[in-house]
Parts: sequence; structure tokens; C-alpha cells
Amino acid sequence: MKQSPAYTLYHPKWYRKRVSTWWWTEQWRSFKFILRELSSLAVIYFVGLLLWLLWSLGQGAESYRDFLEWMKEPWMIAFNVIALIFVLYHSITWFNLAPKAMPVRVGGKRLPEWMVAAPNYVVWIALSAVIVWLMLGGD
Amino acid sequence: MAKTITLEVARYRPEQDAEPAFESFDVPLNSDWVVLDALNYIKDSLDGSLSFRWSCRMGVCGSCGMMVNGDPKLTCATFLTAYDPGPIRVEPLRYFPIVRDLVVEITDFMNKLKAVKPWIVREEEKPLAEGEYLQTPEQLESYKQFSMCINCLCCYAACPVVGLDQHFIGPAAIALAQRYNKDSRDQGAEERLDVLSQHEGIWGCTFNGECTRVCPKNVDPAGAIQQYKIKAVTEWYKSLLMPWGRK
Repeated sequence: MKQSPAYTLYHPKWYRKRVSTWWWTEQWRSFKFILRELSSLAVIYFVGLLLWLLWSLGQGAESYRDFLEWMKEPWMIAFNVIALIFVLYHSITWFNLAPKAMPVRVGGKRLPEWMVAAPNYVVWIALSAVIVWLMLGGD
Repeated sequence: MAKTITLEVARYRPEQDAEPAFESFDVPLNSDWVVLDALNYIKDSLDGSLSFRWSCRMGVCGSCGMMVNGDPKLTCATFLTAYDPGPIRVEPLRYFPIVRDLVVEITDFMNKLKAVKPWIVREEEKPLAEGEYLQTPEQLESYKQFSMCINCLCCYAACPVVGLDQHFIGPAAIALAQRYNKDSRDQGAEERLDVLSQHEGIWGCTFNGECTRVCPKNVDPAGAIQQYKIKAVTEWYKSLLMPWGRK
């Protein structure tokens, strides 16, 4: 909708402040929020890493060995640890937000938030346990 | 002399100032005084030219929202003693154009609010003879929280998306749209979805959650927006799978 010219006539000098590009550094809360948004890059990274692993596995034993050697590089381990921290941060903040986005009502009453968040954690931990079991030999 | 506290109040007088600047005032630190009382004291006793909006001074009208030490607050519900020993910085609501001192220009919000039709939309009104539209306590409960919004605009001043994208329709307008969508008497959900499913509607929201944190009436606009996103996605799937389903 257009404002009527008469309206702006009496307010000729509104003061507008531009938002700084660095607005998210001004408060710890905003900084954490931007970290949460950036953590999605770590998720993309691990998806890429998994595809790379599958690809080198498909190229044969030697290629797979090269991949493993590459993974043993100290800087690669350090990088992966940092990426893992981001992914954990991503997952935990995501699960904690789930009850806010999906309020579940049973018999007209809203379930407490933890009852919506908890199943997410249970499934997450169970799946992780299965993967660890497979990695350790699966017997 | 009784104890005092310093208020640093943002002043902007368009006829003489190029940009806002702070002016300090010492006000009595009474334990039952809120920031709005201090502003009224300044206006009555120290500088009558200070401009700010207020009306009910009891958290109902939504006029006195301002930034207090960088956080959006209803100044009628923000006690001076919480900030002792001060100083307390009082600024106009962030992200809005400033008209004068603590008064901001909100026409843009009013237009956005109107766009989501925050009233009961009926395809057809039933005749008066059939009586009122009845509602169960459960049906009331499903939207009551969102109906507590008083349009104080604290959520707009808290939301970084509002600051970065002036076209974003914003937390309160979406929460109020949801208030009517969830009302069993309303039939306007589809019309509102057309406005809100655009990029500047619900999808602009990044779920930062600041709106919900600052809301003085516990409306939870962030929750409303995420629930709306889920609804928009399910509606979209439905229209994809059953194109004949929608009119």
C-alpha cells in the first residue's frame, strides 16, 4: 500500500538507521544463533565426506586405503572434530526447537515440551548405537 | 535526598538534529516506579518537550514499547529497581523509522497487519435467528494464547529478519493470522495462506526465537510461525497429490 502524500508531509525527516553487517556480533544470543545457522555447513560437509568414502570404496582397495590415510592426517582429524562439534550443536538445538514448532495435543491439553523432544533424542541415540555396533564389527 | 537513578534517553528533534543523541536525566529511584513513570516524571518536571507514546500504563494498550538497555520492553512493566544502579538507556523501538524522540513510525506494520485479515472471515454469515457461534473450551484454548497480542511491536524490534528485510511481514502479524486460523468460527485460512506462504511471509523467518523471548504477553510468535510453516507444507503436498481437492 502506498502512503498518502499528506501523511509524509508532516513527517519530513524520519530517522532511519541501517542495520550493521556485524549485528550478530553485538550480543552473545545473536552470535549463538548465527553459529547454529552456520552449523548446517558442517552437515553438508559430512554428507560430502560420506559420498567421497563411497566413491573411493567403488574405485577399489587402493583408493579406499588412500582415503583412510587421508583421514589419519592430524589436520584432517582436527577439522573433523570441529565439524562434529558443529553437527552436535546443530542436532541438539534442532531437537530442542522441535516441540516449539510441533506442539502435540492429547485430550485437549498440550504435552510438556520434553515429551516431544525426548523421542527425538531416543531415536538419535539408538541409531548412533547401532552404527557404533556395526563399526566395531557387528557381532 | 532520596536515591536517584540516571536515565539516558534518546532524543531526536527532526527540526534541529541530524541524528539521535542521548540526554541524561536523574529521576527518583522509587521502588514502585517503572520506566514509564520515570519518563512521565521527566516530561512533567524536567523537560516538557520529551515525546513518547503511552496510554493505559498497565500492559494492555501496547503503546509504550521501547528499547530499555538494548532490549525491547513494555516500559509500563519494567521496574527501575531492576536496573539499579543504572544508568538506564531508553531508546525508540529498533528497526522502525524514528519520528521524534521515542516515537516511531508504524504505518508499515499497520499495512502488514491488515494484509493478513486479522478478523473472523466467514464465507457466509448465518442468520441472526440461528443464534451465536458456539465454541468449546478446547476450541478457545487452541487460539487463546495468540489472541493475547497487544501489537506492542516488541517482537519486531527483537527480530533480526525485520531489521534486514523490511518486506518481512513479521512476528505479530503472523501470530495474529494464526489466532484467526485456529478459531473454529473462522473460514479465512486459505486467503491468509496466500499472503503468508510467500517468501516475505512465513518463509522469511529463520526461527531465531527472539520474538518469543521478548514478548511481554507470552504469545510465542516464533511457535506460531513454525506451526504455520508445517501447515503450509502439508497444504502444498495435499494440493500436489489431490489437485481436485482445493477449490
